[in-house]
Parts: sequence; structure tokens; C-alpha cells
Amino acid sequence: MRLSQLEVGEKGIVKEFTDLEMSVKLMEMGCLPGEEIRIERVAPLGDPIAINVSGYQLSLRKREAHTIVLQ
Amino acid sequence: MKADIRVALIGNPNTGKSTLFNVLTGLNQKIGNFPGVTVDKKVGYTTLPDGRQAEIIDLPGTYSIYPKSQDESIVFSVLADKHNPHRPDLVVVILDASNLKRNLLLYSQVADLKIPVVVALNMMDLAKKADIDIDINLFAKKLGVPVVPISARKNEGIAQLKNAISFANKFALQEDSIDVSTIAPDLVASISRELDIDNPYLALQLAHQHENLTFLTKEQSDRIEELEKEFSFNSQKAQGAETIARYAFINDLLYDTVKKPLTPQGETHSNKIDKILTHKVFGFIIFFGILMFMFQAIFSWSSYPMELIADAFVWVQNWLHHVLPAGPLTSLLVDGVIAGLSGVMVFIPQIAILFAFISILEDTGYMSRVTFMMDKLMRKVGLNGKSVVPLIGGFACAVPSIMSTRTIENWKDRMITIMVTPLVTCSARLPIYTLLIALVVPNRNVWWLFNLQGLALTGMYIFSLISAVTVAWVFKFILKGKERGYFIMELPVYRAPRWSNVIYSMYERSKAFVLQAGKVIIAISVILWVLASYGPGDRFAKIDAQYSQPKYTKTMSADSLSRTVSSAKLENSYAGVLGHVIEPVIRPLGFDWKIGIALITSFAAREVFVGTMATIYSVNGSAEKMESVYEKMHQAKNPDTGQPVFTLAVAFSLMMFYAFAMQCASTMAIVYRETKNWRWPAIQFTYMAVLAYVASFVVFHLLR
Repeated sequence: MRLSQLEVGEKGIVKEFTDLEMSVKLMEMGCLPGEEIRIERVAPLGDPIAINVSGYQLSLRKREAHTIVLQ
Repeated sequence: MKADIRVALIGNPNTGKSTLFNVLTGLNQKIGNFPGVTVDKKVGYTTLPDGRQAEIIDLPGTYSIYPKSQDESIVFSVLADKHNPHRPDLVVVILDASNLKRNLLLYSQVADLKIPVVVALNMMDLAKKADIDIDINLFAKKLGVPVVPISARKNEGIAQLKNAISFANKFALQEDSIDVSTIAPDLVASISRELDIDNPYLALQLAHQHENLTFLTKEQSDRIEELEKEFSFNSQKAQGAETIARYAFINDLLYDTVKKPLTPQGETHSNKIDKILTHKVFGFIIFFGILMFMFQAIFSWSSYPMELIADAFVWVQNWLHHVLPAGPLTSLLVDGVIAGLSGVMVFIPQIAILFAFISILEDTGYMSRVTFMMDKLMRKVGLNGKSVVPLIGGFACAVPSIMSTRTIENWKDRMITIMVTPLVTCSARLPIYTLLIALVVPNRNVWWLFNLQGLALTGMYIFSLISAVTVAWVFKFILKGKERGYFIMELPVYRAPRWSNVIYSMYERSKAFVLQAGKVIIAISVILWVLASYGPGDRFAKIDAQYSQPKYTKTMSADSLSRTVSSAKLENSYAGVLGHVIEPVIRPLGFDWKIGIALITSFAAREVFVGTMATIYSVNGSAEKMESVYEKMHQAKNPDTGQPVFTLAVAFSLMMFYAFAMQCASTMAIVYRETKNWRWPAIQFTYMAVLAYVASFVVFHLLR
């Protein structure tokens, strides 16, 4: 299951990343293995998406969300 | 100013760092540059309770000491280089108390560099509202540093913070957060030994960042590279391991010191606003509404102050002409320098208003939502969600818009935005378009409603947007991005704008514009003045001699005589000669030497076109006297053919030229200032000149 497959309002827990470079950037922003992520909303044109992680809102493109593997 | 202690402010974006900087320093601040890089250096001064002067440096906001942009790379180089003139004695790390987890990552990195640290726990009011309970004493004890709760917005805790700064220790006493040496033990040990570094985290960071650090010698950097190969060091893997270790430390720390309600509240408020502002339909309607309002405001609110400034300069010019003895020096000062200066100053209201809006949009958090909504659309043409605001601002003036592209982190996206923003129809083109359209487009209605002249003008505006987007799309394939494009961006909680920040931003940007662009504009105006006021050989003397003969002085009024003389002088000045010289080049576009002079004089600023036309057709007036310029240009006949000079083809060819050509010294100066490299304004000037020539040529030959 990838983060990009979740619908708005659904939650998931980060397991691992498929892209090393992206994982470093995401982890810096508090998006770490073990953290719970909730999809808050999708941009009007379908991309990017906004997620809630570590107590704040983060936006990322679907391509980037696809590199996050959920438990 | 001499300071007793140097303090650096470090923190995540959106933590109120700039607000704290403004509160601490007031207007006692200036923007400079870090040597050798394009990053703004904001420095201010504050007096500590013990009477000492503290120099405060506002370092760029960053989420981590690992840089993702050039701005962010400054943070580590300032902290790491012992010989850097800006190296702080003390670092104040600003943490958002309502979002401690992510904020503490940067703190733990900075702390491990073992520079004395004071923590400012900002947004205490927000944290209280969200029922976040922080045991500040325990928190400070566990970190081993002074922790001061503040609310920069409400001016709370500032005195305590200044106290903490003045009592701060000269030595770093903070606890270690993670055991750095476990990440790459052999490499860290070798670098520490060979480069004589006593801090393991500094050694590790040198391994990560040595390629971009200017304070390392070539030998040192090469040696680190060798060591990395020897111990097969993978920078990204090491950074990942470090980040995980740091968050483990942070989670432990927060578990002991912070009590949070299980269901976070505070957000619902922001979420409700987001439901409307990023709504599929309303989101765009509201966005375009805000843009329209902004666009209108930039035009209408600035017109009165702009007139005032222009009038004030005219008054000063008249007064100086009156009190100073007539002569070339007076003329240089009044018609060269001061006239050039007034060309800069009239833009201040537009710049201030545009930046007030941008500052409000950023402060409230709305700008990140615009980016969020527009990203997909703009990405298709090689731009970025954040390019929307500069492009729209370009309708007013490219200068402040290009300054506002700093919000775009991605280098390639920002460069493309800078390159295409001057194509958008700015307010300086407006008088040219209205004059030329009035000359050749009949003033009548079509389909009952639409005025033909209005349609032509609207067409020019839409055409400019289309060309900007098209050129951006072309640049997307030409420019090579250094970084991989990504869009991992915080969406900050909505907050009311801080009016003091809005005012600082207006003041700061206007000042930077006057100081930076002003120098170039004055230089160019002086050159143009010389070109227009002097002629080769004794041509001017001959004109004076000719027109002082009785057959002129007797038959013509003094007024029309002086106009005829100045017109004759302009034709024989260096500018006039240049006009004749470039005539063969611009002939294919339908322009004669008179238009050539206007092209040359309006090189520095487009709006000079109308004034030059007025002088050449010996109308003694300014841009306000459009009627008379219009009449003269309307009656202008080609001496060879007897046909009108300004035909439909010539007028539209000329408009195309002004639509594309970079006839704006302020923009060139600001592009140089923002890119710190003459290559960019040069490329921009060239591509725009080529487009202008081709478009004018095509339009002239199609309409002829």
C-alpha cells in the first residue's frame, strides 16, 4: 500500500520509502517510519495532496506520495 | 556600528523568526549580501539590558542544516567557518511551541555544532490555545540551555529573551542529542584528525557539504573526498540514519516534557478555511478575485502618490533651473541626474503596494495555498505554483515582481519566472499602447458593446500573457535544473497578518529598489542626457547661428523658435546621429530615424518613448499632453512619399517591438541583483530583442 493510494480522510502508518533521495527530504519534514499520516485534501486539479503528519500540514505531489510505503 | 556580541537567529520557516527580528531591531536594520552568494543578509542592532550592543543576524529559515537551496546553505557556512566575519557568538534558535517535534530537528543539529545556544519558544499563545502543556524547566534542563517562552507577535517575553542573551555563556553547555560518531566513526575520526577539528558533528557535516563550502581549501575538500571513498561513505544514507536518530531523541524528550490532548483541536479552524479557499470551484474564483483586487489596487492606489512624486520632481527641476546658473553642469544635474532619479522614484508606490499585498498573502498562509492549487497547471509550462504571483504583478511592474520570485525555492522554476515576467504588459507600456492605438484604430463600437480601441488594448494584454507562458515552456527545455524538482512544502496554519511585518516589507523592498536600481538608472540617464545634448563637430553652433538670423527671430514667436531649435538640435545630437545610423536596421520594421531616436532614448525606460516623440515632433509638452503629441504624429508625413508615417502596420509593428523588447534599465538592474550574474540579464535582453525584431518584422509585413 502506497500513500498515493489513500483517499481523503484515510490514515496510514509509514513503513518505508522506495526512493532514498526523497526519503531524506520527507524524514526531515517529520515524515518518518512509524508516524501516522492522514490525507487532508487534494488540490482542485487532482495534484498535489495535503497530508497531516507530526502535528502539522504538509503538501506533496502524488509522485512523491507514491514513494511512501504504508504498513 | 560596532557590536559587543553577535547573535544569529535560526529557525524553521513560519516560526515567527522575521517577526522576532523586527521586534528586536526595529527599523535599525539593513539588508546586505553574504559575500559571493545571492543570499540577502539581514542585520540589525539591539541594546541589551546590560548596555551592550548586540548585532542580530537573521539567517534564512530552514528545516534542517542540510541545505535544500542556496539561501539555506548560508546557515551552515556561517556557523561552521571559524573565520567567517558573520560567525555568531551566540545562536538564538526559535521553536514553534505548537509544533515542537519538527522544529527540534534543526535545534538538535545546531546544538551539536557546540555554539552557545538560547532557545526562544515562540507562539506560546497558540500552544496554550491547543492545550499543549510544556514543562519548560524540565525541557531546559534536559537540553542544558536557557529556554525563554515568548510570543513575538504580542511582544511578550522579549525583555526576558534579551536578558537571556546578555547572560548567555561564552561556552556551549548544551547536552549532546545523539552520538554522532556512531554514524560514520572512521570517517569522522579521520576528518577530525587531519583537519584539526574538535567537534565530531562538524566533521560529519564537512563530509556531507564539503563540495559547496568556500572556506575549505581545494586540498582539504579533495582530501575529504578521498576519505569518503576510502570509508565508502553514502551521504544520503548517513543523513537518513542521522535524521532517524535525532527524531528518536526528540520523541524521548517530548514524551517527558510535553503533554498534548489526544485529539488536536486548533487545526479545525484552519481546516474550515481551507475547505473554502482550496475548494474546486470557489478556490479559483476567490483567487482570481483577490488577484483582480490586487491588480486594481496597484493601479488605482498608486496613481495619486505617483503623480505627487512626479509633480514634486518637476517642481524641484524648475526650481533648480531657476536658482542655478544656466549651463551644461546645471543641465546635467537637472535634466540628467534628477530626471533619471524621478524615473526611479515614481515606481515606489507600485512597489510598496505590491509588496504589501505579497507580504499579507504570505503572512496569512494563503500564498502556500495558491501554490498548492496552481502547481499542477503551472508545472505543465515549466513554471511553479509560486510563479503565479510574479506573473500577475508583472501587469503593474516587472521590478517588484522579479524581487518577489525569491519565494520560489527551485532554481530552475525561479529563473524561468524571472526570464518571462518582463514579457507581461507592465504599466510603462500603457501610454505607448494607448497613443499608438489611438492613432490607427478607429474609435467605434463593434457588436454594440465592444470599443475597437479597447479591444486592441485588451488584445495586447492577453497576447503578453500568452507569450510569457509560451516562452516559459520553451525555457523549460533549454534550462538545465541543478536540483530534482519536488514539492514538499509546509501548509502553515492560517493566521492574521502582522501589520508591522507588512510595513517593514514595504519599506525594505522600496529601499532596496531605490538603492540598487537607482544607481544604474542614474548612470544610464546621464549617458542618454549626454547623447541627446551634444552633437558631433560644430553642428550645434551652426544651428544656433542659423536660427539667430533675423529671418527667424523676426518671423517666429520665441516659443516656436526654441521648439524648432531644440528639434533641430536633437536631430543633430549624438542620439539623432545614432538614430540615422540604426535606420537601415529598423527600416524593415517600418521605423524611420525619428522612431529610432525614441527607441534609443527609451532604452532605459519605455515611458520615455512618448516624451521623446513629443520632443522630436517639437511639441513642447509631456506625456500628459497626449492630444498634442497625437495631433503631430497623426499629421506626420513621409517626406519622400507624402504618406502618413504612422500607418496601421507601423503602429502595430512598434507595439510589438515594445511588447517584447527589454526597454527597461530597472528590470535589467533588478535581474542582475537577483541573479548576481550579468549573464542572465544579457540572455534576457538578447532573447527579448530577437523576439521583438521578428515580431515587429512579421507584423509590419503582414499589415502593410
